Amino acid sequence: MGNKKITILKLSAAVAGMYLFSFALVPLYDVFCDITGLNGKVAQTSNAESSISVEGREIGLQFISHNNAGMPWVFKPSKEVSKIKTGTLYEATFYAKNTTDKMMTGRAVNSVAPSNAKDYIKKIECFCFAEGIELMPGEEILLPIKMVVDDELPDNIKNIVLSYTIFDSKIEHNLTMDHDSDHMGS
Amino acid sequence: MTNVRSLICSFKTQFTVIFFALSNKAIAEWDELNMTQGATAISREVYDLHMLIFWICVAIGVLVFGVMFYSMYAFTKKKNPVAATFHENTKVELAWTIIPFLILIAMAVPASKTLQSIYNDEAGDVNIQVVGYQWKWQYRYLEDDVSFFSNLTTDLDEIYNKVPKGENYLQEVDEMVVIPAGKKVRFLITANDVIHSWWMPAFAIKQDAIPGFINTAWTIVDEPGLYRGKCTELCGKNHGFMPIVVKVVEQDEYDLWINDKKAAAIAMAELTEKDWSAAELVERGESLYVTNCVACHQVNGQGIAGIFPGLAGSDVVLNDKAGQIEILMEGIQGAAMNSFSYLSEVEMAAVITYTRQSWGNAEKGDGEIVVPKDIVEYKQNKI
Amino acid sequence: MSAVIENHHDDHGHHGPAKGLKRWFYTTNHKDIGTLYLWFSFAMFLIGGAMAMIIRAELFQPGMQIVEPEFYNQMITLHGLIMIFGGVMPAFVGLANWLVPMMIGAPDMALPRMNNLSFWILPFAFFVLLSSLFMEGGAPNFGWTFYAPLSTTYAPPSTTFFIFSVHIMGASSIMGSINVIVTIMNMRAPGMGLMKMPLFVWSWLITAYLLIAVMPVLAGAVTMMLMDIHFGTSFFDAAGGGDPVLFQHIFWFFGHPEVYIMILPAFGIVSHIIETFSRKQLFGYSSMVWAMLSIAILSFVVWAHHMFTVGMPLAAELFFMWSTMLIAVPTGVKVFNWIATMFKGSITFETPMLFACAFVVLFTLGGFSGLMLAITPADFQYHDTYFVVAHFHYVLVPGAIFSIMAAVYYWIPKWTGNMYDERLGRLHFWLSFIGVNVTFFPQHFIGLAGMPRRIPDYALQFADWNMVSTAGAFLFGFSQVFFLFIVIKTVMGGKKATGEVWEGARGLEWTVDSPAPYHTFGTPPKVS
Repeated sequence: MGNKKITILKLSAAVAGMYLFSFALVPLYDVFCDITGLNGKVAQTSNAESSISVEGREIGLQFISHNNAGMPWVFKPSKEVSKIKTGTLYEATFYAKNTTDKMMTGRAVNSVAPSNAKDYIKKIECFCFAEGIELMPGEEILLPIKMVVDDELPDNIKNIVLSYTIFDSKIEHNLTMDHDSDHMGS
Repeated sequence: MTNVRSLICSFKTQFTVIFFALSNKAIAEWDELNMTQGATAISREVYDLHMLIFWICVAIGVLVFGVMFYSMYAFTKKKNPVAATFHENTKVELAWTIIPFLILIAMAVPASKTLQSIYNDEAGDVNIQVVGYQWKWQYRYLEDDVSFFSNLTTDLDEIYNKVPKGENYLQEVDEMVVIPAGKKVRFLITANDVIHSWWMPAFAIKQDAIPGFINTAWTIVDEPGLYRGKCTELCGKNHGFMPIVVKVVEQDEYDLWINDKKAAAIAMAELTEKDWSAAELVERGESLYVTNCVACHQVNGQGIAGIFPGLAGSDVVLNDKAGQIEILMEGIQGAAMNSFSYLSEVEMAAVITYTRQSWGNAEKGDGEIVVPKDIVEYKQNKI
Repeated sequence: MSAVIENHHDDHGHHGPAKGLKRWFYTTNHKDIGTLYLWFSFAMFLIGGAMAMIIRAELFQPGMQIVEPEFYNQMITLHGLIMIFGGVMPAFVGLANWLVPMMIGAPDMALPRMNNLSFWILPFAFFVLLSSLFMEGGAPNFGWTFYAPLSTTYAPPSTTFFIFSVHIMGASSIMGSINVIVTIMNMRAPGMGLMKMPLFVWSWLITAYLLIAVMPVLAGAVTMMLMDIHFGTSFFDAAGGGDPVLFQHIFWFFGHPEVYIMILPAFGIVSHIIETFSRKQLFGYSSMVWAMLSIAILSFVVWAHHMFTVGMPLAAELFFMWSTMLIAVPTGVKVFNWIATMFKGSITFETPMLFACAFVVLFTLGGFSGLMLAITPADFQYHDTYFVVAHFHYVLVPGAIFSIMAAVYYWIPKWTGNMYDERLGRLHFWLSFIGVNVTFFPQHFIGLAGMPRRIPDYALQFADWNMVSTAGAFLFGFSQVFFLFIVIKTVMGGKKATGEVWEGARGLEWTVDSPAPYHTFGTPPKVS
């Protein structure tokens, strides 16, 4: 028969290990999502040149926006529907305005439909990558998106919907405070 | 004793009810106890899958329980005083590991195929963004700039058993989602606050609505009709009270409906965005006053003493804009003053402004005019 | 397996239990602690059951009659939490405490003082949980699965206490499992190799490993919730870059093995009972063990079948569908083995056997509906309806709970030295059997017909069968008060039980006197 103490130690280590593992699931999940597209988010690409080509086909692109509960900003795409060419750099903007009399931080979450289009959308720049969009009371801003849709996009996808939901980050602001460095350019 | 007796009585009644539930109604409506076949090719495929698995389970069950019940019947201690001694048999054990495995493969193949066709997620002819709110649904027709909320209309008195429940108790809404028959309709499902789930049994669609994320589902419905569904993810207090009603109509009827909706949206935008002047409203209001109000309040706004109150110099008309809107919209209970809420927003604003600007009222009172937007807001706040 | 008991009266004979309440507070005796666990779980079973009665009473007819929707949600949440963490799990731990040392010929659990602690923090945990009913904003109201953000951003203030109590329950379970594993791995009587262990011991060994693997994950999940609520992190809050779906993945990574935690010990119990009352050696012992091991391992790769509707990619849906269907194979093996044990046996139907037979049939029905639920396209129609409610109640009530009742009837003569009243036991069985089926069978129908779960009020087409279900629920509920009476009657007295109790019963626990002496196996028995 084995030694009790060793068994206890092993089991306690297993418990501690599994507890830490539950936290490790958070970054693991992100990695997993990047690989499988589980959560439908498009990640940032630094280099989209390989996707740029001249012989693109025309597809429909639609931006939609939603304000999550309790987010009073005006938040909408500057242009909702457009025709774009795959393999061509496309730039778009979203308009946001802080309608309150308080400084606020918003955060945009993106999602794509159909979800299998996600792998073919190369976003070089998007306000949805920023950890926070800070706006002074009444401030307006045009938020940029730069992207290329890869030529390899499956033929049956003729339309892509990019959805952005703006959330109130609920960060308390002291108005005299300096702007954070990651503040999206205004 | 009386208590006990009445308890027994009420039990008897309940059992009678239950007995009838079992014998008549339930059996007659057997179809309603099973999964719906639904109204789309996919929903019928799902139904067939469901029935296939069901019958496979029944067959296995008959076999397995058959052997079990036989053993329970035939191998009692009385009939079989000495038990056999076998306790393993590799061949048999191998067989009942492999055979179920093969049956499972037979089930997995059609299921995987159906799943693949469900996941064919191209854009639809009509694309509708569905947003779950605590506790209502919002629908936005992406091609047509049409957007509305869909709320439960069942009366609280029905829910709290003060009046009899209607046929569509908890399954009725103020604005239905209208979609064309025979066309591919895609739903882009998301939520505003907590997680909801959009379920339409007739289309075999159930997709969670998650804040920030878009889930898609599509359908092609052949038959026009009304289809009812519900929220299926616990989303707080009124989770049970946010139904879904989809009205499927022929394409031309859909076109009419969507044009109406668009026209209404444009009209609404005009109402709320146009800058109305006092003179414009007074001009429109005069003829409305003549057709609707003169009989009681008189041309000179003096009314008839003791019967119909005068409007010239009336405190409400002079200084209480909100109060005047309310009286015209709701009427006054117990008086001859009826509600005029059937007037359009423009008409309502015009006739009110006319009374506030005439007979020297503008000079004596605050002189404020009422614009259509005020009426729109009043209506919205009432909801 | 046969055992020879050596005379073990030498130095332990004079150690009796302490007197009065002190005995129960300070006890480190596995039998006392087992008794405490069992009584505690019964108390929780009645409290959780009372909540179920409130739920069923509200659902008796359409319309709101008894409670408000807000309170209804608190009831479904607490009912689930109390039945799982307070009813089923502590009952199995209690049985493990009583039986594992006796079955492996050990004098006690390996860590008796920790054993005392792991029990006594439980009542405290449930006191905290239940007290949330009286807090401002009410008790937790987001279902026992507590999906974010309903359980974080939108939760009542009492959620913090809920998290605290889940932590304590987790700690209790983890300590209990460490104790079970250390006991089994280190204290078996000489000659008892792993493949000679009674199946209940095997089932608990696997269960304990599952608990060690997943209870810390649950603790991690509620810790993340706590941090989201109070310390400004955003694990599950999209507003801060988190993901509410991540919560579901973590939760079900715990939650699915948890399901097997609640059924594996039942497999062990039922194997013993069927073997005894068929008077025939269990068929396929080693395949039983392998089946349990494969179920346990598979349980870690099927979790997302609870989440088919969250919008996963096709590949993930297919993977989780196939892996889930695979579980039917080892489960089927177990059912076939039980039936093969009965086949050509010499069967009598005492109360434990009645419960065990009902277990086999009704658990298998729950297994069938589970298989149906695994078919993803069909799950789109079943998910979050009463079909699911029917499914998991079939595996948990006539599954786990029937096995616990069977165990109580089977071993209570050993515990108390008195036979229970067979006539009353059978009556209890039939009342429970009818009650459970009348309650839960119609729920398959109303689920298929389209009634979502967790709603306090429903459309009129579901009215008839809800009424039937409620009638069954009250029958089942009151039968359990009757069970309490039977148990108390047996504890107070009754026909004296022999050491063997059941004709031809196998296992070391039947080699000691009834009631089992306060200390057993001071000298380990020899197993050949």
